[in-house]
Amino acid sequence: MSQLLQHLINGLAAGTIYALVALGYTMVYGVLKLINFAHGDVMMVGVYMGYATAFALGRQAQRSLWGVVVIFAVAMVGCALLGFLIERFAYRPLREKPRLTALITAIGISFALSYGFQLDVGFLPGASPRAFPEVIVPSEWFIVGDRDVVVWNWQVISFLIAVGLMAALQFLVYRTRFGKAMRAVSFDHRTAALMGIPTDRIIALTFMLSSALAAGAGLLYAIKDTSVSPLMGLYVGLKAFVAAVIGGIGNVPGAVVGALLLGLVEEFVVGYAASTWRDAVAFGFLILVLLVKPGGLFGRVAAEKV
Amino acid sequence: MAVPGATTLSDETAGRVPPALRGILPVLIAVPVVVLADVLLNTSPFATYLLSVVGVNIILAVSLNIVNGMTGQFSIGHAGFMAVGAYIAGVTSLELKEVALSFLPVAASDQVLFTVALLAGGVAAALCGFLVGLPSLRLRGDYLAIVTLGFGEIIRVVVQNTEAFGRALGLSGIPQYSSVAMVYFWVFLVVLVARRIAGSSHGRSLWAIREDEVAAEAMGVDTTGYKVRAFVISSFFAGIAGGLFAHFVPIINPGSFTFVKSMEIVVMVVLGGLGSSTGAIVAAIFLTLLPEGLRSLFGALGAGGSLAQKVDQIRMPVYGILLVVLMLARPQGLFGTKELWDVLPRWLPRKKKGMS
Repeated sequence: MSQLLQHLINGLAAGTIYALVALGYTMVYGVLKLINFAHGDVMMVGVYMGYATAFALGRQAQRSLWGVVVIFAVAMVGCALLGFLIERFAYRPLREKPRLTALITAIGISFALSYGFQLDVGFLPGASPRAFPEVIVPSEWFIVGDRDVVVWNWQVISFLIAVGLMAALQFLVYRTRFGKAMRAVSFDHRTAALMGIPTDRIIALTFMLSSALAAGAGLLYAIKDTSVSPLMGLYVGLKAFVAAVIGGIGNVPGAVVGALLLGLVEEFVVGYAASTWRDAVAFGFLILVLLVKPGGLFGRVAAEKV
Repeated sequence: MAVPGATTLSDETAGRVPPALRGILPVLIAVPVVVLADVLLNTSPFATYLLSVVGVNIILAVSLNIVNGMTGQFSIGHAGFMAVGAYIAGVTSLELKEVALSFLPVAASDQVLFTVALLAGGVAAALCGFLVGLPSLRLRGDYLAIVTLGFGEIIRVVVQNTEAFGRALGLSGIPQYSSVAMVYFWVFLVVLVARRIAGSSHGRSLWAIREDEVAAEAMGVDTTGYKVRAFVISSFFAGIAGGLFAHFVPIINPGSFTFVKSMEIVVMVVLGGLGSSTGAIVAAIFLTLLPEGLRSLFGALGAGGSLAQKVDQIRMPVYGILLVVLMLARPQGLFGTKELWDVLPRWLPRKKKGMS
C-alpha cells in the first residue's frame, strides 16, 4: 500500500514536468497545425543555459532563492528568444508551403540542435552527460512510517512551480486579449487575419511562450535527474509529445491529463515490472491510443477541409 | 552504379524493345555486370566492404523513397525496420549455420540458406511495418513520423532485453555470406520494384495521395490501404538491407540502428528529391562516399585521428542543417520527382518520353 502511494507520488511528480513540455507541443500545434519536432531540443538548450548560469553564479548564490529565480529567468528568456528565431527564420518562410516541408524543417532543426550540442567545439558542451548542480538541496519533507513513503522537497517545489505555470497559462489563454487572439488564430488563421489580428505576431508569441515553458520544465527535469545531456531533449520531448497525443493534440487540459497519465504508467512499469522497459512503454501506449482512439482522450478527429 | 544504369537503359529503349523482352531486359543487363564486378573486386576487401555499404544504403534510400517520396508520408524510423531484418536474418543464419543442403555444393547451399534468412528478415520487417503502419497511417502524416521514431526506440529496448539477440553486446559470428553480387542483386530488385510501382496504377494512387489526400479519397482511392501497402513494401526492403548488412559486418548491435541511421536515410531521400528513385541512389552514393573520402583524406594528410574522427561527429549536425537549408531553398530536393535521365542531357535519341 505504501509502495503504491510512493509510486503515485513519483509518477505525479514526473507527470507534471511532462505536462509543461506537452503544453508547448499542443499550443504550437493549435496555432500552426505543426508538430514542432524541435521543441524538446529547445528545452535541452534551455537546460544548458540554466546550467551555465548556475556555474556563473557560483556554488553559494545558485542555492539561494534569488539564484534559482535568476537561473529560471535566464533559461526561460533565452529559450523564448531561441523559439522566436526558429519560428522567424525556419518556419515562417514555409507557412504557405506543403505541410511536409515544415515537418522536415522541424526534424532538421531538432537533429542539428541535439547533435550539434554533442560536439565539443567552442561553447558547445560535448556528448557526455554532465551533473546538474543541486540548486535545490534535496531534503525529505514528509516521511510516513519507517521511510515507507518519502516526499522530497524538490518534488513538492517542482509540482508547485509546474502547477503555477499551468495556472498562469490557463489565465493567459482564456482570460486575456492575447489568449483570445491565440484561440482565434488556432480556429482559423486566415479569418483571424481578416479580423485585424496580427497573426504573425501571435504565432511568434505562442512559440516564445511554449519555448519558455519548455525551458522551465527542462530545468525541473534536470533537477530531478541531476544530470543534463544533449540527447535529453529528444527523449523528454518525445514522451511529452506522446502525452499531448494521448490527451488529444491541440487540447490544453488534455495535454495535462495525458502527461499525468503517462508519468504514472511509466512509474508503475518501473516499479512493478522492469526499469529497462521504461522507454518502450510510452510508445507502446501511443500506438495503443492511436489504434483505439486516434483523436486522443479529449480530442476529436476533425474532418479535413479542402 | 551498374544497376541503375541498367534500368535507365531499359527505360530509354522502351520504345524499341519488343514487349516480350521488356520485363526481363534489366535482368539480362544487370546480372552479368554485377557478377563481373564481384569477380573483379574479389581481391580488395575494403572496396568490397565500401561497395556493400553503398549498396545497402541505396536499398534503404530507394525503399524509403516509396513512402516518403511517392506517398508523401514521412517515416523517420527506417533504421528500426533495418534492425528487425538484421536481427531476424542474423539469428536465422546462426541457427542454420550447421545445416547444409546435401544435394547442393556447399557454396550454393550457403547462398540458399542466406536467401532464406534474408527473406525471413524481410518478412519480419514487413510484418512490423504493417503493425506500425496500420494505426498511424489512418491519421495525418505527422503521426507516422512520431510513431516510426518511437518504433525505432521500442526495437532498441526489445533487443537490449532479449537474450537471443545478444542484448546490448550484439550478435557476432554471423556467417559472412554476403557478396557484392548479392547486395547489388537486391539493389537491382528494389529499384525495379520502385520503378514499376511508380509507373503502375498503384503508383498513380500513391502520387495522388501525396498531392492531395482528401481529393484522392474523394476520387475513390483507398488511401489507408495504399499507404499501408507502400509502407509494408518499404519495410520489407529495409529488412532485406538489414539482413545483407548483418552478413558482411563482423558484429551487429543496437548502436548500428539508431535514430542517426534513420536520419541519414531521410537526408539521402530528401537531398535526392522526394519521389525520385535515381535521385535517392545518387544521394545515397554521394553521402556514403563523402565521409569515407574525407576520412581517408584527413588520414592521408596525417592530420591524426582527431580530425578524421571529427568527420563522423560533424556529419550529424550538418545533416540537420542541410535539411533545413534544403527546405528553405529547394524543397523538392536535387531532382524533384524527375529521374536522372530527365535531368541529364540526352545522349540517346529516343522516340517517346519515358514515364516520369
